[in-house]
Amino acid sequence: MLRVLILLVQSLAVFLIATTGFAYLTLFERRLLARLQHRIGPNRAGPGGAFQPLADAVKLFFKEDITPTEADKVVYTIAPALAMIPAILLFAVIPVGGPFRLLGQGTPQTIGPGLQAAGTPLQLAPGISVGVLFLLAVTSIGVYGITLGGWSSANKYSMLGGIRSSAQLISYELALGLSVMVPVMLASSLNLEKIVENQGPLWNVLKPVGFIAFGVFWLASSAEVVRAPFDLVEAEQELVGGYNTEYSSMKFALFFMAEYIKLIAVSAIGVTLFFGGWHGPGVERLYAAAIQQNSGLLFNLAALASLGYFLIKLIIFLAFSVLVRATIPRMKYDQLMDLGWKRLLPISLATVAVTAIGAVLIGPSVPFLSRLFS
Amino acid sequence: MELVVFLITALVSVACAIAMILSKNAVHSALFLVLNFSAVAILYLLLHAPFLAMIQITVYAGAIMVLFLFVIMLLGAEQGEGNDPIRWQQPVAIVLGLLLLAEGGLVFFRSGNIIPTPGNGTAFPTDPGATGGIAELLFTKYLLPFEMTSILLLVALLGAVVLTIKSREKEGAS
Repeated sequence: MLRVLILLVQSLAVFLIATTGFAYLTLFERRLLARLQHRIGPNRAGPGGAFQPLADAVKLFFKEDITPTEADKVVYTIAPALAMIPAILLFAVIPVGGPFRLLGQGTPQTIGPGLQAAGTPLQLAPGISVGVLFLLAVTSIGVYGITLGGWSSANKYSMLGGIRSSAQLISYELALGLSVMVPVMLASSLNLEKIVENQGPLWNVLKPVGFIAFGVFWLASSAEVVRAPFDLVEAEQELVGGYNTEYSSMKFALFFMAEYIKLIAVSAIGVTLFFGGWHGPGVERLYAAAIQQNSGLLFNLAALASLGYFLIKLIIFLAFSVLVRATIPRMKYDQLMDLGWKRLLPISLATVAVTAIGAVLIGPSVPFLSRLFS
Repeated sequence: MELVVFLITALVSVACAIAMILSKNAVHSALFLVLNFSAVAILYLLLHAPFLAMIQITVYAGAIMVLFLFVIMLLGAEQGEGNDPIRWQQPVAIVLGLLLLAEGGLVFFRSGNIIPTPGNGTAFPTDPGATGGIAELLFTKYLLPFEMTSILLLVALLGAVVLTIKSREKEGAS
């Protein structure tokens, strides 16, 4: 019973952190975009515009909630929820920091492979043996919200947005799945904690195959979360507003939230799979010192440092994403399909093949290369 | 606990399967099928097969059903056609379905416990999440069926390509 209660509290915390993160990501994006375009951006509500997200939320709450007469009522209502739920679910398995110690928990014993066992993991659902597959499964479900929202609105423009989204997601899912397989093969595990631990000595992005896989992952995941330059789903110039044209008030807000929360989630996944997750200079040493001196305080300090590293990496990722949105124009539909099927898919297939050959043949026989393939 | 989860999941999956057949709107049918696939994935989890469960969601609920929805939406075929062009298939389908049900029931009642428990079955990997065990079985014990399936898929792929080439030639000629 207590475990269920703890899980509920944790889930609520993840939900609140994700939505708050979304709110301030919009502010961060608007301010940074404004800077990049020689504007000032929203700075009136609160110091430096800090209350702007709050004002936006209030505004959206008090708007009229409209359902088109011709709409498929049930599907129209559940579509925003179908967009939002997978976005939040993604956070369940991401290890956002190293393990920490609760009061009264036994002494930390080991370091290295057994580090996760030394404390309580900073993660909602720890130790899932198929964590990476869970992420892929949830991402693949995520398309329904957009597609159904577009279909159920009974609006031609929304419908086109919805059709575009399903075509786009099918096209990029293959490349995404294959690029994710590279860190899996390097760590020879589908468990996200093990993948993070495997990057302790050397981040995956610094290995040649990992670097290419990261490039594919970044492009494919941007397309999966329909982020600019892949936002054909809501191309204002062509489709009025895209799949969410008919939506208003909180239903619209849910779509908007889902989009940004998914962006945070895939950035967190990118950090986890390619940029060493919560690893950073000094964290390992802090953990080692904590275990040597058997100090719980030092152990938790290390956990805090690891969480800090993770967040810094995440923010850099998100800033890069805003930068891309400000600089690269939206692709045409044929370019999108070409990139997905003719470029990313063959590249990711070749990378997986090279990783397999490297891990089995080159790694064990050539000692100085083995670090690049494990 | 496990029994409760099983009962709920089984109920949902059966109800969704029936609703899928009965609903008039093709998009609703597709959605019920997605729910059914997800319920089946939970059943796989209950059988200690998390890998299979995740693949079930990714491939069936995620990829294939999105493709279904895409085609339904693209053709605007939500309401379907008034009368079935292949009338004779309905009774045949009912008979075949009942036969399959009878066969399944027979197998189930004949062989007592057919659900393998992790560890003691030979054809069952000890760590259900470890793909190594699954891969080893696929490439040793079940190599022939595995390769035959892949050839079948390749032939289907080639068939699809050939069909589009033919229709393209016709367009060019007319």
